[in-house]
Amino acid sequence: MAVFNLNINGTKQQVDVDPKTPVLWVLREHLNLTGTKYGCGVAACGACTIHLDGTAVRSCQLPVVAIGSKAVTTIEGLSENGDHRLQKAWLEHDVPQCGYCQGGQVMSAAALLKSKPSPTDEDIDAAMSGNICRCGTYVRIKAAIKTAAKL
Amino acid sequence: MKQAKSTTSRRSFLKVSALASGGIMLSFNFWAEAKPLPGKQLTDSKDWVELNGYIKITPDNVIKILNPNPEFGQNVMTTLPMIVAEELDADWQKVVVEMGPHDNVKLGPQFTGGSNSTRMYWKPLRDAGAAVRQMLMQAAAQTWSVPAEEVTTKAGMLYHEKSGKSGTYGDFASKASVIPVPKGVKLKDPKDFKIVRNSKKNVEGLKIVTGKPLFGLDYTQEGMLIAMIEHPPAFGMKLKSFDASETLKMPGIKDVFGQKLYEDGYEQAGFDTRTFNDLLVVVGKTTWEVMNARKKLKVTWEPISESKETIAGFRGKREVIVPAGLESTSTQLAKMVEYSKMPAEQLRKDGDPETAFKNAAQIIERTYTAPFLAHNCMEPMNFFAHVTDDSALLIGPHQAPGWIEPTLSKILNLPVDKIEIRMARMGGGFGLRAYGHYVTEAALISKKIKAPVKLVYSREDDMTYGIYRPMYTATYRAALDANKNLIAFHLKGGGIPEHAVHANRFPAGAIDNYLAEGWAIPSNITIGAFRAPGSNFNGATEQAFLDELAEAMGKDPIDFRLELLKRAKENPVGKNNEYDVDRYAGVLNLIKEKSGWNNPENKKYSRGVAAYFCHNSYAAHVIDMLKKDGKPYVERVFSTIDCGIVVNPDAATNMVQGAVVDGIGNALYGELTHKDGVPEQNNFNRYRMIRMREAPKSIEVHFVENNIDPTGLGEPPFPPVFAAVANALYKSMGKRFYSQPFSKEIGGA
Repeated sequence: MAVFNLNINGTKQQVDVDPKTPVLWVLREHLNLTGTKYGCGVAACGACTIHLDGTAVRSCQLPVVAIGSKAVTTIEGLSENGDHRLQKAWLEHDVPQCGYCQGGQVMSAAALLKSKPSPTDEDIDAAMSGNICRCGTYVRIKAAIKTAAKL
Repeated sequence: MKQAKSTTSRRSFLKVSALASGGIMLSFNFWAEAKPLPGKQLTDSKDWVELNGYIKITPDNVIKILNPNPEFGQNVMTTLPMIVAEELDADWQKVVVEMGPHDNVKLGPQFTGGSNSTRMYWKPLRDAGAAVRQMLMQAAAQTWSVPAEEVTTKAGMLYHEKSGKSGTYGDFASKASVIPVPKGVKLKDPKDFKIVRNSKKNVEGLKIVTGKPLFGLDYTQEGMLIAMIEHPPAFGMKLKSFDASETLKMPGIKDVFGQKLYEDGYEQAGFDTRTFNDLLVVVGKTTWEVMNARKKLKVTWEPISESKETIAGFRGKREVIVPAGLESTSTQLAKMVEYSKMPAEQLRKDGDPETAFKNAAQIIERTYTAPFLAHNCMEPMNFFAHVTDDSALLIGPHQAPGWIEPTLSKILNLPVDKIEIRMARMGGGFGLRAYGHYVTEAALISKKIKAPVKLVYSREDDMTYGIYRPMYTATYRAALDANKNLIAFHLKGGGIPEHAVHANRFPAGAIDNYLAEGWAIPSNITIGAFRAPGSNFNGATEQAFLDELAEAMGKDPIDFRLELLKRAKENPVGKNNEYDVDRYAGVLNLIKEKSGWNNPENKKYSRGVAAYFCHNSYAAHVIDMLKKDGKPYVERVFSTIDCGIVVNPDAATNMVQGAVVDGIGNALYGELTHKDGVPEQNNFNRYRMIRMREAPKSIEVHFVENNIDPTGLGEPPFPPVFAAVANALYKSMGKRFYSQPFSKEIGGA
């Protein structure tokens, strides 16, 4: 066990955990931030996507010891009031079905828009194909990203 | 999920009335004194008090409607309250929706399955809304001393036009609560619908996109422990012994123990699944610690011997043989070929198919196969349980808690009224979450360790547990006479451990000589309902075969189906034909129009069409493929559906689009194979799921407009997708595909 001082959604947080503990479980079970989802544990579904200094990463394969001073943003911290342009676009297109993967989808999309403000279909395919939606909302996800890019 | 308690006193009282229609008990309780705080938003607050029934109204005219049914993405949280609000004539902007408690007496059947949610609640919820509206109108009439028939409503307001009087529903809520609940209140004419048929956004949308804890896996409470179960690495194996000494030394670990799921001789209810009965349970403080500690277990597994299970399901008691052995996909496929040549159970016979085939000028015979499929809900199985000597609290994702409650009562030796189940939003279900193993396991673990516990399945646990879509095969034969008329049709289907034949579906009823047969091979690999059970293979293969048949007969595939339907309408063959000819033809005619089927501009696409009837509804698709780097891909899709009245059109469209993507994904990639009993795919790095880059660019959905009460929606669009994919692939590749998943033959397209 070791103490880690983390910067989560702009707030300093301290946890005392095994250094190998994936950030996913630190968020979910030590900091009660359950918006980041467990889907596979092997970085193959994207449900656990967070931002590390603005870059999308799979938190299930990221040991807490690897974070250092980098800033972690989770879906809970993406915006103050759920008013990030992607969140607005997601609601406008009524994207979710079961909703379980959508936090991860929004986080991947947010990182995409940061690096490519006007993504093409190919850009979206490349950036979003690591995120599985079992309900099959891909058409709406793509439409929502395009809408958000114009907001 | 938290139940709000109120400190305000109750002035009004409870009324209970049995509704004639759905057997649902309806309770009204109007809250006269619970005032929302000034300027408060329409969200959940302490001012609401948890009551039984569907509707609550505050004096400030805020209306709360409880959704009775489990939510797994079909959007009942929004759609079912819309039905209540419609007949209540409420202002949707002032409606607060909340998940109802689990109470089958007061809130009805409360299950998500068989595409039944909207269908089974349509009438009871309309009655509920209409009855309250009438009570409010009577209350207003009494207060204003005017005839009740002169009182009108609009968007949560009551009016008396002649006197110019008006008031809100909230003004009269308290008074209405003492009026006897009227029965048989006249329901709205569909042409007067204001909320139903007008798309409403998902009421939980904001919570979802901001990561609020909605799901079972998100649940936590003080002192809660985490449990995981180590199950055998292969079907056909069971626990023999274990050494947990190293595991117990790991940080955070509290206990490791063996636990029987069901005692010997236990008679299973229909949804009491048990792939593995001897559980090896690891309990600890956090999920990660338990996951890690499991790796230190030293376990000895041993082969099972053949056993018989008695299952008392919906269709009565049946005995299921669970054979010993470690099964492999290759041997299963060989066994299916062997069984397909043997006599099978006759499921339907019209005319004299044997003679017709003997006299045929041409016989077309094709055999199709499909693998086991894992449901792969994005949220793995989990459930919270806190069992004490005299009560049990269970919280989590389940499609039909009422089917598991009697089992819990039996196993925990507690009366049903001491068992409280709270329904969490489910991260997908697809049929798997109708089964009870993980709920029962959680309850038994909590009982044993005498603590609140959340049972968590890892993705690997989830994917390798079984309850799969069965492995299927079917051989179709068609007899043509010298003039290429279809004179006989023969379907012989089999599966492990059950077949998919729906003998009374189209084209039964349209062909003079018809034979349907089925057979099954027992297996220790467990199976369960998977989106449109049976239909998902029956529809996939029948509709691919009809496409090939149409070609052999020199007919357009849509026109060929319409001809068969015309025959079934004018001069139906046999009895018990399940489908409605006109509704079936309706979706075909509409897809022809909407897809521009005969439009020369669409010739650049490789087009595949298919239609199907199941779960009381009708669906058709046209899939348009193009090629990229020489490989076919789905560019766009057109879908037409007849599911009766569409309550929430945009949400319904979303579900159809999802079914299309799900169908394309499973047709091309879905596969769970076995080697010596071991599932060869245990996570998403090995089990190929459809992803963004493989999804169509557009899926255009059109609903047949009619005033038929809602029929199924979640399942009906799914089965024909497989066939439309196969038929489009043929146009693209010049080669027919008979074995799912098709990507193997295409070469990883």
